[in-house]
Amino acid sequence: MEKFLLRNVGIPNSWDIDTYVERGGYQALSKVLEEHQPADIVATVKASGLRGRGGAGFPAGVKWGFLPPGTYPRYMVCNADEGEPGTFKDRVLIEHDPHGLIEGIAVSSYACEAEMAFIYIRGEYEFGAQRLEQAIEQAYERGYLGENILGSDYNLDMIVHRGAGAYVCGEETALLSSLEGDRGHPKLKPPFPASEGAYRKPTIVNNVETLFNVPFIVERGADWHRSFGTEKSIGLKLFSISGHVNKPGVYELPLGTPMMTLINEYAGGPSQPIKAVIPGGSSTPMLPAGKLASLTLDYEAIAEAGSMLGSGAVIVIGEGACIVQAVERLAEFYRHESCGKCIPCREGTDWLYQILHRIEQGKGREKDLDLLLDICDGIAGKSFCPLGDAALGPVQSSIEHFRDEYLFHVREKRCMV
Amino acid sequence: MLSEEVKTRITQLKDRYPHAKSALLPALHLAQGEHNGWLSDEVMAEVAEAMGLPPAEVRSVASFYTMFHRQPVGKHLVQVCTNLSCSLLGAGHIVEHVKRKLGIEVGETTADGQFTLLEVECLGSCGTAPMMQINDTYYENLTVERVDEILNQLAKE
Repeated sequence: MEKFLLRNVGIPNSWDIDTYVERGGYQALSKVLEEHQPADIVATVKASGLRGRGGAGFPAGVKWGFLPPGTYPRYMVCNADEGEPGTFKDRVLIEHDPHGLIEGIAVSSYACEAEMAFIYIRGEYEFGAQRLEQAIEQAYERGYLGENILGSDYNLDMIVHRGAGAYVCGEETALLSSLEGDRGHPKLKPPFPASEGAYRKPTIVNNVETLFNVPFIVERGADWHRSFGTEKSIGLKLFSISGHVNKPGVYELPLGTPMMTLINEYAGGPSQPIKAVIPGGSSTPMLPAGKLASLTLDYEAIAEAGSMLGSGAVIVIGEGACIVQAVERLAEFYRHESCGKCIPCREGTDWLYQILHRIEQGKGREKDLDLLLDICDGIAGKSFCPLGDAALGPVQSSIEHFRDEYLFHVREKRCMV
Repeated sequence: MLSEEVKTRITQLKDRYPHAKSALLPALHLAQGEHNGWLSDEVMAEVAEAMGLPPAEVRSVASFYTMFHRQPVGKHLVQVCTNLSCSLLGAGHIVEHVKRKLGIEVGETTADGQFTLLEVECLGSCGTAPMMQINDTYYENLTVERVDEILNQLAKE
């Protein structure tokens, strides 16, 4: 299959502006500035059906359409705080094709009439942040950023802003709090960032991969984008696949590709018999091996199977792994990453971890399973931001599908494997 | 003591953003970078002064983020990811090996101040697990042998 999103990955010096331009880069930006009004681009992206690629899957063009007309300034924020366990696709784009991202942000900023764009990149991605800063400097030098871009009357300033270690800052309102120089606490929605975001101005926050898609859509058209995927899950997706597979990595495939095609034909097949697969990052419910045979990688099919496409981060868990241990470790993650603002998440994630730890150590009781589910109910839909709900994915799904492993831990006081 | 260079940079950053307070995280990164990888109360107070913020506010913000260390760390901050994909591929063994090799527990620093060992959350390197980050650098596709090579090499620097 021809590569689009990953077309420059693996090419020598792909991060250099000369290579990028030689391979057709910055033509989309040039085209929109010459031929299109911002509203045209918004309409094209809406028509393309592009959904957010960070995890929520909200239609990008619709989000852009929420910007209140006539209110300025506006800000564009690229969410490069990739932190969902299992996800590493944005890092590949950032490190290998920073200009592709810059162009995507620039075209999107033009569409949203923003003259300042921030790339909020997680602090741990220092190498990627430097690649971006170097690429941005090159872009300014060549007139793709700054004042009067390519002779137009459009100006765009672009800043790389590093986070400092906080998964919750991947949530857009917590990200904005952090960008403003505060602790990364989420904020109430509404108001949504489109009406009141960074510095209380209209702001669009989009994921790296979402923005990266925009130049392709602008150059080739909404219909080109719609030619990939299914009716409701349109386009190409970067899947991060890891765990017990022989060729873990990032693969570009149309939405709707069968899960087993990704696992067997791209990721080299499982390295041991599969026990469970997490389809879209650690926050998505795990699916037992029995549910995989006819499963396709699109929002609707995975939702029907009882999980979510999320960030498209597939984690393959082999039969040699202990599910209780895996869930305990994920519970530790959510507890660590809870911002602490709201009681359901702050207390709930702590209790989930404590009880799972006790079970894993052989000190569990049978009623602990009901207790875990009860705590989950205390968090579900009651936490201030989606992090609380995210913590429930592994716990609820593992109790549903692997209750016998938990009971074995309780009765035998050790792992089943 | 913040260098003049860093103080100048902080002033520039404050003007770069629509609101000056946005320069706080960049300022803390800069300050930590020139103080052996950690932020004392005194350094944070200097950042507060440069930012025009109360010291307590700066400490509050710094304390939220895992990359800001408010206790001394070793010259080489060894951060091993033990989240799910890395654990499935043996991150636990890597941690145990580093503990034995350096003679420290997780969270501790070697007596000579060279190495601190931490377990960290997902670093976005699941495809090359198990892996670790030492200061700013990722070391991927680890084996026990590679870990020895890396740490032995760093010990010489």
